[in-house]
Amino acid sequence: MELTGAEIVVRFLQDEGVEHLFGYPGGAVLHIYDALYKQDKVKHILVRHEQAATHAADGYARSTGKPGVVLVTSGPGATNAVTGIATAYMDSIPMVVLTGQVPTSLIGNDAFQEVDAVGITRPCVKHNFLVKDVKDLASTLKKAFYIAQTGRPGPVVVDIPKDVTANRTKYVFPKTVSMRSYNPVVKGHTGQIKRAVGMIMGAKRPMLYTGGGVVLNDASKQLIEFARLLGYPVTNTSMGLGGYPASDRQFVGMLGMHGTYEANMAMSHCDVLVAIGARFDDRVTGNVQKFCPHAKIIHIDIDPSSISKNVKVDVPIVGSVEHVLKDMLKLIKESGEVPDGDALAKWWKQIDEWRAKDCLKYDKSSELIKPQYVLETLHKITKGDAFVCSDVGQHQMWTAQFYKFDKPRRWINSGGLGTMGFGLPAAMGVQFAHPKANVVCVTGEGSIQMNIQELSTCLQYGLPIKIICLNNRFLGMVRQWQEFFYDRRYSHSYMESLPDFVKLAEAYGHVGMQIDKPADVEAALKEAFTKHKNRLVFMNFLTDQTENVYPMVPAGAGLDEMILV
Amino acid sequence: MRHIISILIENEAGALSRVAGLFSARGYNIESLTVAPTEDASLSRMTLVTRGSDDIVEQITKQLNKLVDVVKLMDLTEGPHIEREMMLIKVRAVGGDQRDEVKRMADIFRGRIIDVTDSTYTIEVTGDSTKLDAFIQALDKGLILETVRSGVMGISRGEKALRI
Ligand SMILES: Cc1cc2nc3c(=O)[nH]c(=O)nc-3n(C[C@H](O)[C@H](O)[C@H](O)COP(=O)(O)OP(=O)(O)OC[C@H]3O[C@@H](n4cnc5c(N)ncnc54)[C@H](O)[C@@H]3O)c2cc1C
Ligand SMILES: Cc1ncc(C[n+]2csc(CCOP(=O)(O)OP(=O)(O)O)c2C)c(N)n1
Ligand SMILES: [Mg+2]
Repeated sequence: MELTGAEIVVRFLQDEGVEHLFGYPGGAVLHIYDALYKQDKVKHILVRHEQAATHAADGYARSTGKPGVVLVTSGPGATNAVTGIATAYMDSIPMVVLTGQVPTSLIGNDAFQEVDAVGITRPCVKHNFLVKDVKDLASTLKKAFYIAQTGRPGPVVVDIPKDVTANRTKYVFPKTVSMRSYNPVVKGHTGQIKRAVGMIMGAKRPMLYTGGGVVLNDASKQLIEFARLLGYPVTNTSMGLGGYPASDRQFVGMLGMHGTYEANMAMSHCDVLVAIGARFDDRVTGNVQKFCPHAKIIHIDIDPSSISKNVKVDVPIVGSVEHVLKDMLKLIKESGEVPDGDALAKWWKQIDEWRAKDCLKYDKSSELIKPQYVLETLHKITKGDAFVCSDVGQHQMWTAQFYKFDKPRRWINSGGLGTMGFGLPAAMGVQFAHPKANVVCVTGEGSIQMNIQELSTCLQYGLPIKIICLNNRFLGMVRQWQEFFYDRRYSHSYMESLPDFVKLAEAYGHVGMQIDKPADVEAALKEAFTKHKNRLVFMNFLTDQTENVYPMVPAGAGLDEMILV
Repeated sequence: MRHIISILIENEAGALSRVAGLFSARGYNIESLTVAPTEDASLSRMTLVTRGSDDIVEQITKQLNKLVDVVKLMDLTEGPHIEREMMLIKVRAVGGDQRDEVKRMADIFRGRIIDVTDSTYTIEVTGDSTKLDAFIQALDKGLILETVRSGVMGISRGEKALRI
């Protein structure tokens, strides 16, 4: 039987096992919406802005490992989706975005709601397609899902002209896909792995620096086994948090600009650095000239272009974390070799001295609510087991520092692009994927206003997200830089005329709470997670406006040149 | 250093813009770029000339390889290779002396005159880029009416071949 292109899209999504589709309708995708209406397998979630559709799909993907799927219309629908696509691209998140397009006969004519979606998104997708013939539709969709999820994951856009959704052809679900131009490597080079293991076993001051690749690859198990076997210290990038349990003694915290003193000092003094699924981002390295000055560097990454991009490495290994660590573990176990115990004991003694600085300390007797305290209490109340989505700013860094993630895929934040407005829609995606779990959105009064309209979506679908707004009446991260580096000239980092968030939450049909005393923090959080378990609660914490994120490596400085409290 | 990178790429709409876009987005320079289908019409062969330090060229080849449409590539400058470029050049040729002089110069560079009018010659020259530069240098600047160069293409010597 022949199906229309629109029916093929929907049938394909069903056959591909897609359960949730985040979208917003419009002229170019009306046929697809009509096909969606006639079925109930793929659940469509109507957001209030296309940017939110992409972030929701992204949150869904980050928390499950499955690709997030988006459907938007042509023109403004596609351009609104771009921020979310770029966000997913920077953090290597698997996502498939279907954009409607004007009919093929009108492409290039400045038709109504026409934009060159393929051209606009090209620099921020892993790949994209324009489907010009309905006969290519199913196979293109299959390729899109395949590319999005394999190798280094990323977003893929499929632009579908309206006439293609109306035309008919025979539909067969393409079970497999083969592309001669795309064959990601997962198995590492044996010789390189041997060399690396030799170096690792000979280390006196080793350091494991692990990133988002561990989480994306679901390779925490291998990482934990590897680290425990060796007894070496582990630091995570912000994207890598949860990839190694934060409560483990071998964990020295996050590294980088707002990393811990012990992590950054250990980086600066180690003699062998093993980078595992991390990309030497400039927020992590600080001044590259001063980065790990004493270390031989081994780098495991699935993307060859991540290797020796910012920092030249000694032993590159292209492959997946999972495969390479398995091979390394096998080699180490077979050799019967053990690390140099004396050297390691000395190294740990040094690290413990750095740790004793207690770099994350803050004033616990303050009359004002300290954001750090809210997050510590949140960790306690949720038993460290919530999905925590964050927006961008100081609150994001405090969450990374104070909510000790023991499991991967629990910490959902925009690291590479740093997209304010990410938190709430991402939390929606997470809650759809995990309906019973505690899902939290930590945000600031600046960020939340970038996608506040999604409170309406949350009501429609009954999403019991807990919004922790650390309201400092400042674009705090901007204010902090102005305080440190611009002589306290607070240019446009103060927000006047903030809305009454409690009333706003109520107007959207949710529970609003205002908390302004430290003594009320714990009780309020408890109430939100018990009494209002099944409701969305917007908790507006009026926090200390002057609080800064410490430690901080100023731009251009080395990792050992931190500003401390 | 100057590098000549040969690329086999899917012959699909947009493939060229992916390569060009990559170069502009990452601030790499392209000295020349040629592209045409191969004996297998589903594949195009691109020859790209770029300049950069070893680190940059390493990144360029990695980033190109990462493009989903790129099937295979090779940095020709890493081994013995032949490079060729074609130029068509139209020059003013009026009067016996001037016409003889231009013709003689074309002969020296093994150029062929492919179009003649009472007042112009159009000459075809092939060779590596420096030879074409030299030919332009050798002509009287004032006589050149128009030049068009194909950009470099290249192939490695011997058994080595870029194919799937
Ligand atoms: C305000 C702000 C402040 C920040 N401060 C910090 C900070 O102090 N410290 C910090 O760490 N970050 C910080 N960040 C985040 C930072 O910008 C980067 O996003 C982050 O450091 C990158 O993490 P990553 O290196 O783990 O790379 P990711 O972006 O997570 O990249 C993953 C890497 O793993 C590879 N990979 C993917 N899959 C696999 C696989 N299967 N096998 C092997 N490899 C794989 C990829 O190719 C890539 O190289 C901050 C962000 C913001 C917005
Ligand atoms: C879309 C977007 N615009 C601008 C920025 C730059 N920026 C980074 S943090 C920040 C302030 C965030 O303020 P708020 O949400 O209140 O968080 P706080 O830092 O106060 O915790 C700004 C403006 C950004 N990251 N994203
Ligand atoms: Mg703020």
